[in-house]
Amino acid sequence: MSAEITGASSLVKSLEAAGVDVMFGIPGGAILPAYDPIYDSKIRHILVRHEQGAGHAATGYAQATGRTGVCIATSGPGATNLVTPLADAQMDSVPIVAITGQVPSNAIGTDAFQEADIRGVTMPITKHNFLITDPKDIPRAIAEAFHIASTGRPGPVLVDIAKDALQKMTTFNYPKNIQLAGYKPQVEPDAQNIRDAAALIAQSSKPVLYVGGGVIKSNAAKELMQLAELTGAPVVTTLMALGAFPDSHPQHLGMPGMHGSVAAVTALQKADLLITLGARFDDRVTGKLSSFAMNAKVIHADIDPAEIGKNRFADVAVVGDVGRTMKALIPALQSEFKKSKPDLAPWWKQMSSLRATYPVGYNHPEDGTVSPQYVIERIGAISGPDSIYVAGVGQHQMWASQFVKYEKPRTWLNSGGLGTMGYAVPAAMGAKVGMPGTTVWAIDGDGCFQMTNQELVTCALNNIPIKVAIINNESLGMVRQWQTMFYDSRYSNTSLESKRIPDFVKLADAMGCAGLRCDKTEDVDAVIKEAMSINDQPVVVDFSVFRDAMVWPMVAAGTSNDEIMIARGLAPDWDSQEL
Amino acid sequence: MSQHTLAVLVENSPGVLARVASLFARRGYNIDSLAVGPTENSEISRITIVLNLQGHALDQVMAQLYKLVNVIAISEMPAISTVHRELLMLKIAGSKQNSEVFDVVKKFGAAVVDETDGMLTIEATGESSHIQALLLALTPFGIKELVQSGLIALERGTAALSDRTLSAQGISTTHVIDVQGDYQN
Repeated sequence: MSAEITGASSLVKSLEAAGVDVMFGIPGGAILPAYDPIYDSKIRHILVRHEQGAGHAATGYAQATGRTGVCIATSGPGATNLVTPLADAQMDSVPIVAITGQVPSNAIGTDAFQEADIRGVTMPITKHNFLITDPKDIPRAIAEAFHIASTGRPGPVLVDIAKDALQKMTTFNYPKNIQLAGYKPQVEPDAQNIRDAAALIAQSSKPVLYVGGGVIKSNAAKELMQLAELTGAPVVTTLMALGAFPDSHPQHLGMPGMHGSVAAVTALQKADLLITLGARFDDRVTGKLSSFAMNAKVIHADIDPAEIGKNRFADVAVVGDVGRTMKALIPALQSEFKKSKPDLAPWWKQMSSLRATYPVGYNHPEDGTVSPQYVIERIGAISGPDSIYVAGVGQHQMWASQFVKYEKPRTWLNSGGLGTMGYAVPAAMGAKVGMPGTTVWAIDGDGCFQMTNQELVTCALNNIPIKVAIINNESLGMVRQWQTMFYDSRYSNTSLESKRIPDFVKLADAMGCAGLRCDKTEDVDAVIKEAMSINDQPVVVDFSVFRDAMVWPMVAAGTSNDEIMIARGLAPDWDSQEL
Repeated sequence: MSQHTLAVLVENSPGVLARVASLFARRGYNIDSLAVGPTENSEISRITIVLNLQGHALDQVMAQLYKLVNVIAISEMPAISTVHRELLMLKIAGSKQNSEVFDVVKKFGAAVVDETDGMLTIEATGESSHIQALLLALTPFGIKELVQSGLIALERGTAALSDRTLSAQGISTTHVIDVQGDYQN
């Protein structure tokens, strides 16, 4: 019989046993017992400035490394501050484990000080959650939490632990195995479904590989490359999948969706077969669902059976790990292609023409101010494809998806599903902690930045030298773009005046970061290079940019992908295209 | 609109009903009736849900339910291969001399289970249509109060939902997951 230890020590030992090397958090009353053994643990604890930062940092860490991110907070407000990052991780299928303290078990349900039913609150926004009131349950809950978070379709798991369970004595026994009767993700694809998928592909003369974030989660970029080159089909990568397939590859048509390239959007619209790999037919990709890819059959490969048929009927559904699915599909397809291989040349002629005619581009502003797209394009060009780029949400996010060239998985991090403004700085912090040898750029908006910039203090104090580019258009730019387009240019409450207040350079300086400013096109490269040269502290660059730049192309919300606009009021010249 | 009856085996752990109810609420599935109770296995509870689907496919509902970690097994219970029952209790003013009420009770295979202070408590079990017919027949006598259970259903014959995933000893001893030394990879 092992010696008795506190539940708190059991928690920390369990986290160590689960392989945790770093966690992001803030102590408080109910979680305080856990912070005593944390003081002695080999696990690095990074003291953040807001629990939301802890949650997004765990997410950034997980997205950059593929490991499970960990955040920790106290009860009540500490726990509710994790709600946004948990919802974010749920939408983007990111494996994180959140540990929260809860009021003592005899106080639960009494509206005690700093009590919030965080298990109830997070039920719809976690993959699973636990409330632990007995210290003997702690190791099992932690083991189960990490298993659930990191397997199947990944996602966030919250473990809420009552304070008395942390204080009481218990024995520590990390389980060798766990039993989860209701949790059996299907990893291996069904062989018959693979054969059916291969047969469909072999009959298709207009196929598209519609690649989603699942390919990155499954670490399956290699399999995707093999499959793509075997089929010779055009590839589109969604916002969550950028980097899964090199932007430089000749088969890559770009990103589909609301701000996707004309070629990528049209490829999906005109295809006779969508080979859907770890993607979920999100409304931002499909546009008006009833007019989406109307002539296409659908192969839908996903590890989550609930995604099959949720938005779009699947002619062939392949439930399983998408990497293993592709691995099984490749030989099946090779034998199909021995019998017959469709000629994709006419299809490629159409797509190549669209890609050449309508590349994603931008104009420099006529008033001489700096183009935001140019700034982002130059950051990508100078920092290169080995860097990690983390965006907030809005125009700068879309430009970062369009004008940085991604060649490798896990180099593009963003909040795709929930669309969480304020994601970039803390997620970049987490990414940098996980990948300390890699340059990490947060490409942020002036609106987003003002939501979570306090984590730069955390970065400065903990030697986490991220680089932040504020694309400062002194506006909630994407909202302003919609106001321009759909609200008669009535800019209700979207002007932030952030070229005037705050002074981002001074703010950076006050937070222990290097602050740089750039408001001339000719200075952009030099300032980026200067930022690249500073590696002993975080850097913030305030890029003052053209206010009225817009994100193009655009499929307006609720409209058909066929109504894609390449500029305001300007549709592609379909008549000149043979489609 | 299509009506379906689902039998759902869940782990008997706190919060499970809330998880199921929350899922139905947030995905916009309409519940017509819901009944929860223990099973032959103390670790397992059984939820019977009658739902009306409008624009949602049944397999989508089942797939979403399966995503709940505490949900062990789900089966659709079509009327043809399962026995459906609801329980109805109601109170009507009357006495043994009131032969008309007793005639109706007898005809429907219901029972008078209590008579207190001139108030009859009538109990009936049956399929929904039977219960509805009884209610119609008794309404003219003036129903003081009524309470109805959710529908429960059991497969006919040797088939049992629990066979699919459970052993006689407990929850799924056949499905043991080895804990990896490092979940971080």
